[in-house]
Amino acid sequence: MDFTFEDQQTAFRDAIRRFLMTEAAPEHLREIWETKSGRSTELRSKLADQGLTALSVPEEFGGIGLSDLDWVLVQQELGYYAIPDSLSDTAYLAVYLLTNMPADVALKREWLPRIASGKARVAVGHPVNPLVADAELADLLLLWHQDEVHALTPAQARLTFNPSIDMSRRLYRIEWTPSDKTRICPANAGRGLWEGVLDRAALAAASQLLGLAHRMLDLGIDHSAQRKQFGKPIGSFQAVKHHLADVAVKIEFAEPVVHRAAYSLARGHALAPVHVSHAKLAAGEAAWLSARKSIQVHGAMGYTWEADLQMFMKRAWALDASWGNRAFHKARVARFVLGNGAALGPDATFN
Amino acid sequence: MRLEYTEPQKRFRAEIRDWLAANTPRETLPSFDTEAGFEQHRAWERKLFSGRWSAVTWPTEVGGRGCDLIEWLIFEEEYWRAGAPLRVNQNGVFLLAPTLMEYGTEEQKKRFLPRMASGEDIWAQGWSEPGAGSDLAAIRCKAALDGDHYVISGQKTWSTRAVWADWLFGLFRTDPDSQRHHGLTFILLPLNLPGITIRPIRQLNGLTGFAEIFFDEVKVPAVNRLGAEGQGWNVAMATAGFERGLMLRSPARFQQTARNLVQLCRENPAAAEADPVLRDQVVKGWMDAEAYALATYRTAGRLNRGAHIGAEASTNKIFWSELDLLMHETAMHLLGPRAELMPDAPDVAAGHWLDGFLFAQAGPIYAGTNEIQRNIIAERMLGLPRS
Repeated sequence: MDFTFEDQQTAFRDAIRRFLMTEAAPEHLREIWETKSGRSTELRSKLADQGLTALSVPEEFGGIGLSDLDWVLVQQELGYYAIPDSLSDTAYLAVYLLTNMPADVALKREWLPRIASGKARVAVGHPVNPLVADAELADLLLLWHQDEVHALTPAQARLTFNPSIDMSRRLYRIEWTPSDKTRICPANAGRGLWEGVLDRAALAAASQLLGLAHRMLDLGIDHSAQRKQFGKPIGSFQAVKHHLADVAVKIEFAEPVVHRAAYSLARGHALAPVHVSHAKLAAGEAAWLSARKSIQVHGAMGYTWEADLQMFMKRAWALDASWGNRAFHKARVARFVLGNGAALGPDATFN
Repeated sequence: MRLEYTEPQKRFRAEIRDWLAANTPRETLPSFDTEAGFEQHRAWERKLFSGRWSAVTWPTEVGGRGCDLIEWLIFEEEYWRAGAPLRVNQNGVFLLAPTLMEYGTEEQKKRFLPRMASGEDIWAQGWSEPGAGSDLAAIRCKAALDGDHYVISGQKTWSTRAVWADWLFGLFRTDPDSQRHHGLTFILLPLNLPGITIRPIRQLNGLTGFAEIFFDEVKVPAVNRLGAEGQGWNVAMATAGFERGLMLRSPARFQQTARNLVQLCRENPAAAEADPVLRDQVVKGWMDAEAYALATYRTAGRLNRGAHIGAEASTNKIFWSELDLLMHETAMHLLGPRAELMPDAPDVAAGHWLDGFLFAQAGPIYAGTNEIQRNIIAERMLGLPRS
């Protein structure tokens, strides 16, 4: 029993953190926001240079072959720096789908190496989300239809852009016609795959929400240490301190839940879906509380376009309901907890 | 990361589970805040000691098993799962003992630890005074060194277990000219010394769980000092760290409550259906108890790797005390008109939720109020400026 990460996992996380600190400064993100695509090929290729697009691609397809547990720390950093790129959809979700697809080796050989090298973008459409992120820029769309997996190019579908309050999100309605030609996996094998995608996507969102919660707390701390009123930094006042302390408590008790969910997914634990839903709820609550408290301590500045806080708040507000809203995830946890035969209680945590 | 128990850890769990199954009293003991209940709980401590289960984290030479923190968590899980009695000597075993091991002389360890492990000495805490609560550094109760004795005069209050306990540990002002946290000394003393008057304080639940203590020129041998003269504040803060940190409230306690709450919800389907918020809170209670367990295992892992607990101990205290309130409030609402009834009400059985609900009110107050904890988090964890 050892609930700590290996040194090499935290070292990799630290390297990614240092990289993003310089490459993804808020001024730079704002510039990317304003472009038509909302994406920077330069940033994407730098992310690929860091190995992020190859993280879970199996070694036989040119990747590094790491697990959900390695991803979770990276996702927290992607959240902390509010990376305006659906890197995770391509490099985590699509890779999971393709890698675990039965047989069809040709498709794996075609796409996995391209993803690993950072040359391909893949968008993933799951019925839990009404819209698909980054569909227009994608080289490949992997779409759900009656539990089947279909693959098509954006040219084979009609895309309608739906603007989000989070300007880094590029969401599309997709109209398309499923056919035998687009089907790459039948429903009987697809069902489990789509469940696996949903759990990983929800975990990715949870980890990013946790990173966002951290970032907004840090912004609140910085502001309240610098801003002076009544001749003192406002952070010296108890009312302000307690707002931020509440956020720290929420984060402290959300993080281990997210990390455990990653471990459960990596090990194929039977309760992994429950652990993931718990993680998404805990991280979503932490991020929303952090947004609320941070804007409060920012005062009127927090309500401006100028203050960086808005970028992180909007991302937190948007991510909370993607890949299953709170009702969806609460229902999954409640079914387990209130259902008959659930092993609960002091000795059941690591059953 | 490895979130599975090792074979030795599984065997340890099986061993304590078997022992508890054979030895846990069938009937719930009367509260240790009654005279008879106190002695029955002392007898239970002796029983635990006879199986070498009273202080599992202590070294074997002083009556423990040398368990690491993971084994301690396993022990606690089995203990709460079995519904074994509350620990009347918690102040001693979990709070004073770690401090004694860090600051005590070899002679003090030999003198105090074995008697603590066996329940011969039950310990009370002596921190607060009428003018020193959250502002603990305002302590005035004085201990004047006179040859090989201290002469103690003044008053302590809210002293947990003091009504029937044998010994007291606490902070006293040994330098009359000192201010704040300087000039304080940590002293251990028996509560039957001449000059000591103990006045029980009746609590919310009608019982006397704590007391006021009056000291009128009480002579205490200087060898009862723990740590250096004038260094009491640092010694006490170590105790406070343990208290807020791992040892005071193990996750198992709340996981057992969460489990019982789920059971209560199942037994009251009408209430849960009529008010879906209650159902939601039951699930929330389970999730937060689980989160507390996970966070504690993570802390244990970090400590096993040589890290120290800092101000994050304060996040624990806020989290479990608010969780305990949430769960007990939810239980009261589920019970509806039965919630107000005392456990011995003849017509309607509501179990012990009322006791727990009352005690949960104290959680955000004792061991440093949650407001003080938030100050600590803000200043020492987040680096905000002091007020």
